Amino acid sequence: MSKCSISNNIRKFRFLADEMTQQQLADKTGVTRQTIMAIENGKYSPTLELAFRIAGVFQTQLEEVFSFDDKIQRGKK
Amino acid sequence: MYDREKQSLVSLITMVLILGSYSLYVYHKYIAGNVDIINDFKFWGKAYLILIPVSIAAQIIIHIIFFTINKIVTNEGAPAITDERDKLIELKAIRIAHWTFIAGFILSMGSLAMGVQPWVMLIALIYSGFIAAIASETAKIYFYWKGF
Repeated sequence: MSKCSISNNIRKFRFLADEMTQQQLADKTGVTRQTIMAIENGKYSPTLELAFRIAGVFQTQLEEVFSFDDKIQRGKK
Repeated sequence: MYDREKQSLVSLITMVLILGSYSLYVYHKYIAGNVDIINDFKFWGKAYLILIPVSIAAQIIIHIIFFTINKIVTNEGAPAITDERDKLIELKAIRIAHWTFIAGFILSMGSLAMGVQPWVMLIALIYSGFIAAIASETAKIYFYWKGF
């Protein structure tokens, strides 16, 4: 799968959350650390439910954590 | 290498070992010296039906042994949760296995259409199932490795 058009600031939010580890975030959202790692590296787009859960852990809005780059999506077509 | 990759790799190796050793066992015990038995469909039916429980039991035992050793060496147990990405990878692997088996099925029917002996069709069917399972596990390893 090529790099997805959804980018995220999870790394930044983990840093701001007292350097929360990927494992801690994974435990709080009910997924594996590998999934968090794949999302963070832009290799996997989470479902809406997981995206909301991640935003919920950081107590912020979804758009603050995830953003959609429409140009990349159009470039694929 | 992560837990899921290890699990798939163990399944892959186990499958190859089980089918390889079972094929050799059946060949030496029944087929060698009695080649006519290959035209006996009852024999193939029995051989395949025995393979299924043997394969399941061996897979369970090998997985238990593997995860016990893995726990001792790395202090990591078997994967505790299956999340959405695992399920997606599982679905993709099943799709690959499905199409691989369909290809094997068409090949086996093609062999019948070309007038090849019926036992060739049976062997092709059995092995296409096996190759489909290998394709599925290989796909899982690839998707986990790729980071999808």
